Amino acid sequence: MAMTASGRRPWTYYALTLFFILFLTFLYAPMLVIYILSFQGPGGGLTFPMTGVSTRWFHELVERGRSGDIAGTFTRSLELAAVVAVITVAVCVSAGLGFRRRFPGGGVVFYMAIASLVMPGLFVGLGVSLIFQLLGWGTDWRISGLGTQLTWTLPFGLLVMFAVIGRFNRSYEEAARDLGASAWQGTREVTLPILLPGIIGVALFGFTLSYDEFARTVLTAGSENTLPLEIWAMTTNVTSPALYAVGTVTTLVSFTVIVVALGSIALIQRRRSRHAAASH
Amino acid sequence: MAGPQPTFFKTGTSIGMKLPPSLVSWLQVGPLAVILTLFFGIPVLVVIIVSFFDFDHSDIVPTFIFDNYVDVFTSDVTMRLYLSSLKFAAIVWAITLVIGFTLANYLVFHINSLLIKIGLFLLCSVPFWTSTIIRMISWIPFLGRNGLFNTMLIDAHITSKPLEFLLFSDFAVVVAYVHLFTLFMMVPIFNSMARIDPRIIEAAKDAGASRFAILREIVLPLCKSGIALGSIFVVTQVMGDFFVVKVMSGGQSASVVSALQNEIAALQYPPAAASAVTLVIVVMLMVAGILRLVDVRKELVS
Repeated sequence: MAMTASGRRPWTYYALTLFFILFLTFLYAPMLVIYILSFQGPGGGLTFPMTGVSTRWFHELVERGRSGDIAGTFTRSLELAAVVAVITVAVCVSAGLGFRRRFPGGGVVFYMAIASLVMPGLFVGLGVSLIFQLLGWGTDWRISGLGTQLTWTLPFGLLVMFAVIGRFNRSYEEAARDLGASAWQGTREVTLPILLPGIIGVALFGFTLSYDEFARTVLTAGSENTLPLEIWAMTTNVTSPALYAVGTVTTLVSFTVIVVALGSIALIQRRRSRHAAASH
Repeated sequence: MAGPQPTFFKTGTSIGMKLPPSLVSWLQVGPLAVILTLFFGIPVLVVIIVSFFDFDHSDIVPTFIFDNYVDVFTSDVTMRLYLSSLKFAAIVWAITLVIGFTLANYLVFHINSLLIKIGLFLLCSVPFWTSTIIRMISWIPFLGRNGLFNTMLIDAHITSKPLEFLLFSDFAVVVAYVHLFTLFMMVPIFNSMARIDPRIIEAAKDAGASRFAILREIVLPLCKSGIALGSIFVVTQVMGDFFVVKVMSGGQSASVVSALQNEIAALQYPPAAASAVTLVIVVMLMVAGILRLVDVRKELVS
């Protein structure tokens, strides 16, 4: 459909290209606006015009107390996201490999994961906080927050693993076994390296979904806020561009994570294709 | 996994070989099952149980009463909240479906270079990996009374007065939802489209089908499972949302979950649990409905 026989593109191509560009504008323009406004001059407000260019609102974030403990929430969210990413990778890679075979009870676990994915986040958070309350334990982002976030990142990671494993050619594994590798050796030295780009993808999902999680964390984080909870609080009580400054910083963190993850995937793929080319 | 084990290689352990395959699978899936049971399965059960409890100020009184459900079903607030949430779900579903389908169609069938295809796909999905709340807030300076959009309209002499309905309205809520959730619709549709055998489309073209006919008769039916998956994502996200409605409507609209959150904030756990269970049943019915619809159609086609 892309090209007609003569090589000329149909008019729909141009119409759809325009549509695509409009969609990207819709997607990115509002975000760009708040990055620009986060450099608002000292006396400026939440909208244009800009009264100047300054980094005042970023300084305000660092000064503890003026708009809450932003630095503390940042560290907390980054730590939590890192732990969630590691657990998500370990659990999902293992489960993804396990699900390649039909086994009794497997369907139940799979449907539980899907149910966990579509369940309203606040419902899960309510349940976890009720349990902690009934048992007389205090909620804490390190335990109840972490566990509740996993009910969101694990199903996602599992679906990504299914997509990755679906494209995996099992004959490599069989070849390893024919050459005398044990099951564990085959997994460690053949399967996992081949799946590595997908595994990095799972880590990316685990990290970013945790880093931005709100509905599941709001009732389970305990007394110390994670970053999205802090931003949520700011939307109601901060009416300065400091709010946008947080947005700019947190997006920068997300972009760094995305670039590192996608960059390493691209690097691995390129090295592989070079190896493949060299061996021919 | 039960291939013959060569005995002349002694490296590594062969424990994995001796275990029954389904036990190996259980060991591999075990951690997932344990975490989901502890933090999802049991909490859901607890919410269901607590929804039948009584409460006294902020204390939960274990008993077995239907009062919480009677309250949910007899209050006209419930009906209004559900109608409002369902209205948003329907509008957002329709818009994201059209946009998601069009984008996927463009990426799959109109972009030839794989590299450009991946690049454009990533361009669409990068915002998904950034903060939802920040993406929502970013509409405020855009749509506000003195916002960018109004300024542009006035500068272009399209209106003389700023449009008031842009921000803190149902319109703003829909815009934010579409901004946040279109990707959820696009990715599953993209996946099922990418799996369509190009030879089918070639054959249709050779048989004289127009582009529109190909889209309607071949691409659309073959994307049904992707559309169903995307619909489930979008509908459950909208039904489960509470902060977009709260912020973007400026407090004028409420959603089922924002009302639920108010009950939780007032420490009225049993009524909150009853509302939550009701919501989940409604959402599950919608999901079941979508799945049934798609399966029925699949039977009709094949």
